[in-house]
Amino acid sequence: MNGTALIQALLDGVLTGSVYALMATGLTLIFGVMDIINVAQGILVILGAYLSYALTVHLGIDPFVGLLITIPTLFVVGIVIERAFIGRLKGPEKTAMSILVTYAVSLLIEGALNMIFSVNDVQISAWYVDRSFRVFGIYIAYIYLFGFILAAVLLTALYFMLYRTRFGASVRASLADQTAAALVGIDVRRVSTICFGIGVAVTAAGGMVYGATNSFNASTSYDLISRLLIIIVLGGMGSLGGALVAAIAMITIEDIVAVAWSPVWSTLSFFLVLVIVLSVRPQGLFGKQSARVA
Amino acid sequence: MFQKKNLLWLVALAVFLAFPLVVTNPTYTTIGVFTLLFMACTSSWNMFSGYSGYIALGSGAFYGVGAYTMALCSLHWHMAAGAAMFWLVPLGGLLAVLVAIPVGWVVLRVRRHTFVVITIAVFFVAQLSAINAGFTGGTAGLSLPFITWGASYYNVPFYYVALAIVIFITALSASVRRSRFGLQLLAIRDDEDRALGLGVKVAAVKLTGFSMSAFVIGMCGALYAMFIGQIYPQFVFDPLFDISIALMAFLGGLGTLVGPLLGALVLESLQQYLTVSFSNGSLYLILFGSLFLIVILFMPQGVVVALRDRWTKKDERERDAVASNETTLMASGTK
Repeated sequence: MNGTALIQALLDGVLTGSVYALMATGLTLIFGVMDIINVAQGILVILGAYLSYALTVHLGIDPFVGLLITIPTLFVVGIVIERAFIGRLKGPEKTAMSILVTYAVSLLIEGALNMIFSVNDVQISAWYVDRSFRVFGIYIAYIYLFGFILAAVLLTALYFMLYRTRFGASVRASLADQTAAALVGIDVRRVSTICFGIGVAVTAAGGMVYGATNSFNASTSYDLISRLLIIIVLGGMGSLGGALVAAIAMITIEDIVAVAWSPVWSTLSFFLVLVIVLSVRPQGLFGKQSARVA
Repeated sequence: MFQKKNLLWLVALAVFLAFPLVVTNPTYTTIGVFTLLFMACTSSWNMFSGYSGYIALGSGAFYGVGAYTMALCSLHWHMAAGAAMFWLVPLGGLLAVLVAIPVGWVVLRVRRHTFVVITIAVFFVAQLSAINAGFTGGTAGLSLPFITWGASYYNVPFYYVALAIVIFITALSASVRRSRFGLQLLAIRDDEDRALGLGVKVAAVKLTGFSMSAFVIGMCGALYAMFIGQIYPQFVFDPLFDISIALMAFLGGLGTLVGPLLGALVLESLQQYLTVSFSNGSLYLILFGSLFLIVILFMPQGVVVALRDRWTKKDERERDAVASNETTLMASGTK
């Protein structure tokens, strides 16, 4: 392996990793605030990708412009799922139950997508999808760069909302301690619903970039959700910064393994890192030790 | 009361033994074999996940390991196609245990929901390995030695071997439930830290339960491969398998003995029947997802427990009525 290939892999890893960071942040935000593990996140990413795909194919709308439609749509989808199913879960086994419930929701959406779009692979197309430019001997695909900028903008907006607004303060209070948050007058129920909506809405952007860089069908969601789950477990469940670091680290490692060894086995590096980290730190890289022992 | 219960088990056993003798249509005996396989897997999954509360969603990995053991061993050892291959079924279980021990050692380090998440991840790694490893034949799959039993007879041996596995796991699950080991699993479900504090070797107990469960699921996978005769990584490592057995156990009643058996009996036979009748996978996903949502949101304890609660309440009322009669009689007698 030469130096250029390594730098190329590093760069690609950081650029695509940021998109995974966006999707994983939604997942870990939902977990942190609500103690809900949204296994449907994978299929919702694919739903977002299909929405962008349908808009480009049928209406000729550019995928990035189409986000103005798809992000609010998925926000509403998230609110509906939360109100219809997730909000009904109570009791000590709520988290484990939420996995089963969102899995069932995921199956419902998968079945519906298969019926509407068939099981054939599709990919979102635009002028920048298969073009790249060259800087210092390194090729940068436009879509990777645009995806990175999009993820950076949205993540910054999300962090700004969480750390600079009143609503963000109530979200962080609910993250820290739901009972205490409720005691100081925060409507935890409402905060939870909106957080679920936001956590799902980011999949519209993530799905659009994913759908432009990969060919996909509904069953691609299984690969996606297993990656996203590993990322948030590694980062420490409920840790927003952890999800960001873990996503970029994992995708970069995967890209480097693909260059250095074999693309076929690069996904296995995900598991190896997981095993090593959990053997040393069962709570993940940035997780708190006893904060959430069920 | 106790004898009535035993009688019910005997009647059920007699019905299952007689089924292939009465129903000879291969379409229905095929459904019978699949149903028994799922009854065994669900019951085995419940023996660990139901008793200990550690919901594993990656047991399909052990099913796949069992299936590949059957396929690879029968091919590499040039076995004659026929009944001798049944000896590979327990071997499939043992290989699944060999995989389960290191996997369990890692994944059982974390609790509850993180455990669920990691088992999902482990499952996909197993599936990916089966697709990419050289010796599995990749997505092209593997063809097992072709068994040339007549169409009317073909299903019958598989049916009885599967039934034997079901009887084995039911007996095992029942004895675990009554044993000290079973109580330790239940203690872990109720309060792992307290169980640890009271001297339960939680790590060893969890790993033992996890591996025992993998053994039976591995055997089922091996039998499945032999029955189907052709395996593909994406079908023997099926994510729907994981979620199906969880749903079947939840439907029947998590942590009970008869619940998972009944849940699998109802759901798997229904699913097979629907597949034979409609052969629409997407529609099945939607039906399955909806059913799952209804069960978890409205009957989280399972149908069997919900029904049993009604029965026992009725029994209690009757017993109370009889008891109060007796006390009044005794009271009048002493006068």
